[in-house]
Amino acid sequence: MAETRLSDIPIAKKGRVEKMTLAPDASRRLGEMGLTRGATFEVVRYAPMGDPIEIRVRGYNLSLRRVDAENIFVEAL
Amino acid sequence: MSAVIVAGVQVRRIALAGNPNCGKTTLFNALTGLRQKVGNYPGVTVEKKTGKFFGHHGEEMELLDLPGTYSLQNRSPDEKISCDILLGQRADTPRPDVIVAVLDSTNLERNLYLVAQIAEMHVPLVVALNMVDLAESKGIHLDLAAMKDALGVEVVPMVATKRVGLIELKQAISRAKVTPAKQPAPMPPVIEAEMEILRGLLCARGRVETARAEALLLISGAEHADPTLDKAASESRKRIRDAGLDPVHDPVEARYAWAQAIVEKSMRHDDAHALTWSDRLDVILTHRAWGWVVFVAVLTLMFVSIFTVAQYPMDWIDAGVSALGEKIGSMMAESDFRSLVTDGVISGVGSVLVFLPQILILFFFIGLLEDTGYMARAAFIMDRLMSKVGLHGKSFIPLLSSFACAIPGIMATRTIENYKDRLVTIFVAPFMSCSARLPVYALLIAVIFPPGQVSVWAKAGIMLAMYLLGIGAAFGSAWLFKKTLLKGETPMLLLELPPYRMPVLKTVLINMWQRSRMFLRRAGTVILALSIVLWALASYPKNPNADATPSEALGYSAAGRIGHAMEPLVKPLGYDWKIGIGLVSSFAAREVFAGTMAIIHNVEYEKKKLSPKLIDSVRADTWPDGRRVFTPLVCIGLMVFYVLALQCMSTVAIVRRETNSWRWPLFQIAYMTGMAYVAAFIVYQGGRLLGW
Repeated sequence: MAETRLSDIPIAKKGRVEKMTLAPDASRRLGEMGLTRGATFEVVRYAPMGDPIEIRVRGYNLSLRRVDAENIFVEAL
Repeated sequence: MSAVIVAGVQVRRIALAGNPNCGKTTLFNALTGLRQKVGNYPGVTVEKKTGKFFGHHGEEMELLDLPGTYSLQNRSPDEKISCDILLGQRADTPRPDVIVAVLDSTNLERNLYLVAQIAEMHVPLVVALNMVDLAESKGIHLDLAAMKDALGVEVVPMVATKRVGLIELKQAISRAKVTPAKQPAPMPPVIEAEMEILRGLLCARGRVETARAEALLLISGAEHADPTLDKAASESRKRIRDAGLDPVHDPVEARYAWAQAIVEKSMRHDDAHALTWSDRLDVILTHRAWGWVVFVAVLTLMFVSIFTVAQYPMDWIDAGVSALGEKIGSMMAESDFRSLVTDGVISGVGSVLVFLPQILILFFFIGLLEDTGYMARAAFIMDRLMSKVGLHGKSFIPLLSSFACAIPGIMATRTIENYKDRLVTIFVAPFMSCSARLPVYALLIAVIFPPGQVSVWAKAGIMLAMYLLGIGAAFGSAWLFKKTLLKGETPMLLLELPPYRMPVLKTVLINMWQRSRMFLRRAGTVILALSIVLWALASYPKNPNADATPSEALGYSAAGRIGHAMEPLVKPLGYDWKIGIGLVSSFAAREVFAGTMAIIHNVEYEKKKLSPKLIDSVRADTWPDGRRVFTPLVCIGLMVFYVLALQCMSTVAIVRRETNSWRWPLFQIAYMTGMAYVAAFIVYQGGRLLGW
């Protein structure tokens, strides 16, 4: 099964976080910002140069880099 | 009731906690007015803001503004300070009697995460639900009674920018008995069981009230000074993992589940998907093309203001300082002491004071950009470029500010959470050509080109090349440091893009004043001392010949001797002893170079206006054998030196303060000045080899 990453979700589409393969501290910080396992999010836009990615999670807007988004595995909704 | 305040009774200590962008600073300002103090926590560069205010019964209270954080896990310096204070583990700051959690009502769920952690700490709590007007306009309806019931503490709806709810907040804080939150987030049973074990150990050590919070910190991997506890925690973690749970993530998820449950009970959102005006604004401001246009326009406006608007007050300060020097000079008899006061203290301190308007304007703009929410967008737009050298989008504004002056630039690095990133940014900021280098570039470019022979474009081209060289050196060095000395995983960018908001002028002005006052006080003391030292070096010993020209007197002085002694060192760069003195005196501030050249060449030096006499006499300067000193090649090499060298004692003083050690500023001097020497050497010797 091809795994979907957060970075694969197109603009204006939603997804749900399944697991992260980031360093423990990085994934803890993501979790504390609300991007926990099971959290749903929507990709809002990309920055003018294509990176970082802006998402909407738990009612606010958060941006993270593509390189980190590639380590967040999600289910496309 | 404790309405009667007995003299000698301890004042209540209140702490404000909250996420960044929740309006905490506005509330702090609204409560304390100007009765506030800004400093640092000893040993770390985390800002400590305290103030006084009067409670509902007129009793004096002490207010502490904790750093704005998203979490109280003790990882970053900001988080660790807040966490330690709330647990009562900092000797310099007693545990607060009441904590006011400031929440952004438009972003309740994530803001409640912090409350979940505060609830674990068992501190008496009052919740200030800020920006309820914005929430209402977004169609968010809050059921305060339900929230109060769920949390078990007082919940005060507020609009801090309009001072709405201040009285009610004070009432809640002044109550005789403020209680902690009723029910902290329940953890999965396995984790609760492990916490019980650790709690037993903690209670045995007298840590009863905060045991739950400390047990959870331990389970999430925090280190403890007590090895017994450390060992017990690592065993607990292992058992949790064996049970198929995650000691780091499960507590985080449990807190969010707790927050979500409260939100579900107490909040109704009419239309969560409607586009707000902030969303619409972002479509333009972060647009692929328009985003850049606005970005460049904002920065241009900022810099044009710094260079034009600031010019008037700078001229006034300059004139005021000269007038003061003359006035005092005329009231005193000719003496060494008069020279010390006028040439040393007044003109030395004045040469720094003159930058105050630029600093005020820069901080005004930075405050405005932060308060409106545009700063986060600037970081968002620039992050890709900055990431090429291993930096964050957040390093962009400090570097940009350094074009005006490295001091506010370095102070602006406080917004960078990652310590190594912050150090790298502090380290490379002085490479950006600041306004103090302008007079030097202007003089040398004028010396290179005899008047009327070269178009203004060639001059502007050289100037631009110098700016680009500085930028290149900054980015190259940042890349180098990220690869070597300050290596470390590139920290993750996690940037909140808060909704755009109308700025509060008072917040912006207070912020501007506090940062600028720090500049004055910090740099001021060191500048004063070094000005006196430089004055003494340039004045003693006295030339025994009473008719000596200023130039001869300077040559005889310690500074002159240093210049002569330095000549072998600077000769490979094509410089004579006079330029050597210029370099030494430039350590006070770079623009002193022009003034020193004027003294050496016995020319009345007028600030701001480059006197043609000075240019002519510098151009005509020769070595004893009749060769010109200031050949175009020497001028270019000298400019390169000024681009790269760290010749600014205010910068050194600020770096010392911001990094809390002499190690970094000293290394910075060695690195930058060494690089300047090598580059100037290559320019001069390389140029000569090419026959220039």
